[in-house]
Amino acid sequence: MSGPDSPRDVTILGEPAGSDRPADPGHEGKGEIHLVHMYPREMSIYGDLGNTRCLAARIRRHGYVPVVHQHHPGQSLPETVHLMVGGGGQDSGQVTVEADLERHADRLRGLVTEGVPMLMICGMYQLFGQSFVTVDGRRVPGLGILDATTQGNEVRMIGPVVLSTEFGDVVGYENHSGSTVLGAGQDPFGRVRHGQGNNGSDGTEGAVTGHVVGSYLHGPILPANPRLADALIGWAAEVATGRPFEPEELDDAVADQAHARQVARLLG
Amino acid sequence: MLRTTIATLAGKAARHAARLRGGGSGGSALPGLVAEKVDPAFLAHTLADVPGGIVVVSGTNGKTTTTKMLVAILRAHGQRVFTNPTGSNFTRGVISAMLAEMPLRGGLEADIAVLELDEAHALHFGRAVAPTHALLLNVARDQLDRFAEIDHTAGLLTRLAAMTTQGVVLNRDDPFVNRIATTLSPGVDVTWFGLDASVADRVGELSEHDSREQEDFAPPVAGERDGLLTPVDEESLRITFGAHGEGGSLGPVTLRQRGLAAMINATAATSTAKHLLGAAFRHEATERALRTVAPPFGRGEVIDVDGSPLELVLVKNPAGFTVALSTYAGAPAATMVAINDDYADGRDVSWLYDVSFESLRAKGVALTSGVRGWDMALRLQYDDVPVAATETDLSKALTTFLADHEGEPKRIFTTYTAMLALRRMLGERYDLPEMGVDAPETDGGPA
Repeated sequence: MSGPDSPRDVTILGEPAGSDRPADPGHEGKGEIHLVHMYPREMSIYGDLGNTRCLAARIRRHGYVPVVHQHHPGQSLPETVHLMVGGGGQDSGQVTVEADLERHADRLRGLVTEGVPMLMICGMYQLFGQSFVTVDGRRVPGLGILDATTQGNEVRMIGPVVLSTEFGDVVGYENHSGSTVLGAGQDPFGRVRHGQGNNGSDGTEGAVTGHVVGSYLHGPILPANPRLADALIGWAAEVATGRPFEPEELDDAVADQAHARQVARLLG
Repeated sequence: MLRTTIATLAGKAARHAARLRGGGSGGSALPGLVAEKVDPAFLAHTLADVPGGIVVVSGTNGKTTTTKMLVAILRAHGQRVFTNPTGSNFTRGVISAMLAEMPLRGGLEADIAVLELDEAHALHFGRAVAPTHALLLNVARDQLDRFAEIDHTAGLLTRLAAMTTQGVVLNRDDPFVNRIATTLSPGVDVTWFGLDASVADRVGELSEHDSREQEDFAPPVAGERDGLLTPVDEESLRITFGAHGEGGSLGPVTLRQRGLAAMINATAATSTAKHLLGAAFRHEATERALRTVAPPFGRGEVIDVDGSPLELVLVKNPAGFTVALSTYAGAPAATMVAINDDYADGRDVSWLYDVSFESLRAKGVALTSGVRGWDMALRLQYDDVPVAATETDLSKALTTFLADHEGEPKRIFTTYTAMLALRRMLGERYDLPEMGVDAPETDGGPA
C-alpha cells in the first residue's frame, strides 16, 4: 500500500512499489513518460486501475520508461505530466475529490492546451464536463474541459457496450446513473452500436476534445481496446520527447480475440 | 392457515413435477414461486412456528460456508435445524427448500431456522418475516452491476440489522460491518467475532483494499462471548473467547477447508452458536462439528477424478478471488480458470483487474474458459502468467483439462454459472453428490 511519497498510494497491481521514481541514468529507453492516476482511492472501484496498469505495460513494450504517479486530494500535482487517467467511484468519492479538482483547474486546463492526453472514465468524465446536477437538484460545477452536462437519475444505465469510434470499434461496460448531454459543437467519443451511451436516446457515448477522451466505459476500457491505448501513448510520447511516437510491433492476438468475441456476441 | 396448507400442496406438486423432469433437487425456485403465488405470506406463516427463532446470515463473502458450519454446530448440540442448503439464497429458494422438508399438512419440524440470504433479498425476506438474529460477515465490492456501490451494500446490511428483533453478531474487523453496532436499538444483544490481536496484521488477507476513507470506529474490547481467531497452521485454528481468554478457548481444530477465510467463517459460526445457545454451548460438540463439516459444493469441494483430486473453487469478486488465490498459493496444481458473465456471475468483468494473479505465474494456467475466457487470458498476460490454451466452450475445455493432466492434482477457479455447468458435466462422469445435497460427513479425517 505504500509509495515512496505517500502512505495513501494504493497498489497498482503489477507495478513495482516506487513506480513514480524516474529512470536510472542511461536507462531512459526512447524516453520517460510520466503518467498520473487521479484519485486512485476514491475513484477506481470499477477496475479502472487496470487502465493505468495497461498503459504502463504498453509504454514499456514500446521501449519507453513509464513513471507512474498517484494524485490524492490535498496534494500538489507532479511537476511533469505527460498522460493522465481517472476513473469512476461512488457518490461519496466524487464529493471528496470535487474541491481538489477545482484547486487544480487552471493547471489541468494548461496541460490540455499543451496536448497532454487524458482518459477520464465515468465519474471523472462527468467532472470534466460543464456541470453535474444531482437527483435532488444540487448543481456541482465541473472543469468545463468537455462541453457535457450531466443530470443524475434514479435509474441506472447498466450493461455491455460496443461503440464505433475513430479508434475502431470499442468494447466496454457502462454502469452510471448520470445522463449526459453534449453541447452543440462537442464531438462524442463514439456512436453506440450496442448499449445506452451518454443518455440512452441520442446514440452518442462519451466526448472527445483534442487529446482528452471522456467515456463511461469500464472493462477496464484499455486492455481489450489496444488501438485506443496506443493512441493515448503516442500523444504522450510526443509531449514527453518532442519527437513523433516510435512504436514497436506488439503481439495483441489475445486482446484482439477478447475484443472480436464481444463485438460478435453483442452485435450477433 | 388453510391457504398455507394449499400452498404447501401446490408447491410440493411443482417440486415433484420438476424432479420428474430431471431438475434435481438443488436450487430450483419454481416450487417456491408456486407456493408464494398461492399464499404470499407462506414464509411468515411457516416460520412463525419455529420456537428457537430465525437466524439470518448475510454479507458479501463466506455466507454459504459459514451457514453450513453454524448449522453443523447447532445440530451437534441436538438442535433440529431448518436451513437452505443449496446456496439458493433468494426467498423463493428458501421456500423451495422448506417444501422438501415439510409434511403434507405443512409446518416445519424444526427447533431453529438458519438461513443464508443474499444482501438485497435479506430485506425482502425481513419485510415478510422479522429475523430474531442476524450474523453479518463483511462488505466488499461484489456485482456492482446489481448493487452499484459498496455504500449501498453496507446500507442493506444496516437495514437488515435494524429489522432484527433479538441479537446481532458482527465482524469486529470490517469497517462497514462493525459500525452497524452504533445504529442498533438498545434492546438488541450484540456480540462479535474477529481476529485475535496476535494476528491483527493478517486482516488484509480477508479484505480487499477499499477505495474509501473510513471514519474510525473501534469496536469495544472483546468480552467473554466474543470469539477471536488464532490460526495454528493452514488448516487448524484456535478460538479464544474474550480479549484475555476469560470465556475459555476452543481447539485446536482442523477444518476440511484450507486458509484464513475458512477459519474466520468458522469463528463467525462458533461465535454465533455461543450467542444463540448461551449456557448450553459446548466446546466439545462444536469442535466435533467443525472437524467434520464438509465444504459446500464449489467452495473448495474436492472431487475424486480417477484417483486424483480436482478442487472446484467459486470466485465472484476481488476479495473472494484474492483470498482463494492466497489459500491455494502453497499447494500448486494444474489450473483452469472459467469466467462467465451472466447475471449470477456479475455481468461486468472489470473486477478481474483488481485481483493479483502473480501466485499463478510459476506454474502457469493450463486453460482459460467460459464466455469471457479470452478476457481472462488477457488479464493473466498483464501479470505475466503463461496461459497454455483458451477454449471458451466449457465442455471442450473440461475434457482437454482432464485428459492433459491425468493423475495430477487439478484445480478450477470458476464463476457461479460456469461452476453449475462444470459440476453438471463432472456429475455425469464421476460420483459426486447432487447440488444442494450435502456430501457425506467423514469422521474428521482429511477429505
